[in-house]
Amino acid sequence: MAAKKASPDLVNSSFSFKSLKLKTKQQELLLRVSILGLVYVLAFIARLFSVLRYESMIHEFDPYFNYRTTLFLTEKGFYEFWNWFDSESWYPLGRIIGGTLYPGLMVTAALIYWTLRFLRFFVHIREVCVLTAPFFASNTTLVAYFFGKEIWDTGAGLVAAALIAICPGYISRSVAGSYDNEAVAIFALLLTFYLFVKAVKTGSLSWALGSAFGYFYMVSAWGGYVFIINLVPLYVLVLLITGRYSMRLYVAYNCMYILGMLLAMQIRFVGFQHVQSGEHMAAMGVFLLMQVFYFLDWVKHQLNDTKLFQTFLRITVTSAILVGGIALGVGTASGYISPWTGRFYSLLDPTYAKDHIPIIASVSEHQPTAWSSFMFDYHILLFLFPAGLYFCFKRLSDATIFIVMYGLTSLYFAGVMVRLILVATPAVCLISAIAVSATVKNLTSLLRTKQKVPQTGSTKGVGSSKSSSKVTLDQSQPFHKNGAIALLVGVFYLLSRYAIHCTWVTSEAYSSPSIVLAARGAHGNRIIFDDYREAYYWLRQNTPTDAKVMSWWDYGYQITAMGNRTVIVDNNTWNNTHIATVGRAMSSYEDEAYDIMRSLDVNYVLVVFGGVTGYSSDDINKFLWMVRIGGGVYPVIKEPDYLVNGEFRVDKGASPKMLNCLMYKLCYYRFGELVTEYGKPTGYDRARGVEIGNKDIKLEHLEEAYTTSNWIVRIYRVKPPTNRL
Amino acid sequence: MVKSTSKDAQDLFRSLHSAYSATPTNLKIIDLYVVFSVFTALIQVAYMALVGSFPFNSFLSGVLSCIGTAVLAVCLRIQVNKENKEFKDLAPERAFADFVLCNLVLHLVIINFLG
Repeated sequence: MAAKKASPDLVNSSFSFKSLKLKTKQQELLLRVSILGLVYVLAFIARLFSVLRYESMIHEFDPYFNYRTTLFLTEKGFYEFWNWFDSESWYPLGRIIGGTLYPGLMVTAALIYWTLRFLRFFVHIREVCVLTAPFFASNTTLVAYFFGKEIWDTGAGLVAAALIAICPGYISRSVAGSYDNEAVAIFALLLTFYLFVKAVKTGSLSWALGSAFGYFYMVSAWGGYVFIINLVPLYVLVLLITGRYSMRLYVAYNCMYILGMLLAMQIRFVGFQHVQSGEHMAAMGVFLLMQVFYFLDWVKHQLNDTKLFQTFLRITVTSAILVGGIALGVGTASGYISPWTGRFYSLLDPTYAKDHIPIIASVSEHQPTAWSSFMFDYHILLFLFPAGLYFCFKRLSDATIFIVMYGLTSLYFAGVMVRLILVATPAVCLISAIAVSATVKNLTSLLRTKQKVPQTGSTKGVGSSKSSSKVTLDQSQPFHKNGAIALLVGVFYLLSRYAIHCTWVTSEAYSSPSIVLAARGAHGNRIIFDDYREAYYWLRQNTPTDAKVMSWWDYGYQITAMGNRTVIVDNNTWNNTHIATVGRAMSSYEDEAYDIMRSLDVNYVLVVFGGVTGYSSDDINKFLWMVRIGGGVYPVIKEPDYLVNGEFRVDKGASPKMLNCLMYKLCYYRFGELVTEYGKPTGYDRARGVEIGNKDIKLEHLEEAYTTSNWIVRIYRVKPPTNRL
Repeated sequence: MVKSTSKDAQDLFRSLHSAYSATPTNLKIIDLYVVFSVFTALIQVAYMALVGSFPFNSFLSGVLSCIGTAVLAVCLRIQVNKENKEFKDLAPERAFADFVLCNLVLHLVIINFLG
């Protein structure tokens, strides 16, 4: 604190900026650090809605698998984890978990857990897992700040950090409890891109090494790393074609590619894909192209004689193209270089999955995006994005070209698949931040022209006095000043609406745990349906430890993690035939289904039924997908058998195959006696809004074992075969 | 036609040779190292063509270590070359230290991958 108070009008406050006698640069630093600190905390606490409303638990389906593996890692150690063969899922095949998962998330959470334990904070691993995503979201805001600083200036960096802290597109996959790969993957993605852009800007080998490590972290965390290994070569290609290449680009790309590829091959799941898979060939192609290109450049520099060089150029280029073409052709034709696989091919051709791979088409996250989703997830960023593109094109440099390419490619993919809005979010936030920052800077510089003494910045991030123009304008000043003030108020209004929208969206749409359902009762009180966990714990406590449970693949991870029982199929969906077998069992008559279940050693069957509560994501609504997937492998299952005039019905007018299949019987067993709604007949299905067709259901080979309190989960025991006489 | 292309090739060769001998010795040493690495990589590929690629990770780690160290040496050459204006305020010691660090990481990963 200062020894004397400098200005008399601040005598009431004992602490003021002026009394600290800070220079402008220090004031700016203090502002920046405090803004970043607030944004960091904001990003964390905005994601805590579900922890406060329900409890600290893992959400959805996939995170339960990640939780189970993390638990295994902390209990048994890294060597056991890396070589784990799990016989509790995909009975009787088992699953090589050590070789088929992306270990980044689990290792990160385990490291945080061990660090905390080392510091004598004995937390449970579940708490660490629940809060990993918000923690890494906060770290992403920091990386966004530095990235914004590289692309434009510190103001844009601060705005980018603030925008990405609350952007719903990112929050949707990183709330507390959403313990999924994307939680750390987006951090790794942005970190890799930032380090690579820094490497291209400085041409230093150590930054390129850093980006290789960032890429390694990304590969260990998520399958979406394919985006990086295609975007970076595309960026290099664009720079080469537009003539903006330099020696720094050579150093940055080569170091990152070789070291990144080697590091990536250490992950068993990725294996040799970097040299064998079609999706990674672009990077190798650009690598070889770069060697040829820069070699020709060096030779041209050595020769100084254009005629000789032209000859040399002709020879080299033709031979390089020939060799490259032959290698690629032979590799693809012989099948050594595998073509683009299902999930990624359906990004290039969106109609592919629906016709050929029903499992990919059935996932709701893989559907094309509607405009309402874009508006919901981005709000004002949607129209700030083109404005930001304009500013980027005005000041083209290596960094802005990169962010423009990242933004455009990721937005295209976000339009093809809803899930990929997440990948586009950092680019959209960064480019919109450029628009906001540049506009605000221009407006405030208009405000400052008349004043000789620079005022301390009134808006976020504008603190540098270098930007204020010293040019004094003519006497039409008041109009310009008033216009600038009005526009600034407009910008402030827009940003505040954005913040309100993001908070509302987070609170209403993205904070539900999916495993615990909530509804409003008749008096407005909140009713919690905890049926899923009730059923899984019943399984855990009332069935033999070697019992096998058959259910649709959605619930597999949760059953193994919470019920601790062996399942037939789970969310990994690596074996389509096995899933089709389960689908066939669910859609056959009880006798055929019993044969299939005996062949798979099934002891219990679990179905999800929403007819009593009106829960619409139950197995009857998913039934047609079971039929399609089963029918894709076993032609005996035909989808038209279950439809009436192309319509899916469960009431009296439903097809007889539908009324007697196993899924129908298991869902509606004893439902015909139940009154679900006042004034409606018994057996009224509230999710479909009809009275069911077959109320008198008799089960021959199964018996009811457990139905949860709201009838959401129903468990049946498979009876052993009767004694032959 | 053949005579003119062979004369062109000879001219090309001679001018390349004369231009190259003007480069400083330290750069020539780096160039020699690059040629040696690429040559080693080619020998390994030829060996793989003879005996098959069974422990594919070993083959890949061998070839990639050669290519990797060649590429890193080229990067070093670029950074140390006095003619490159972009790198004129980068100290050669810093360039060499980066080179050593990257090689260290490269070879550690190779040892892990060798199997």
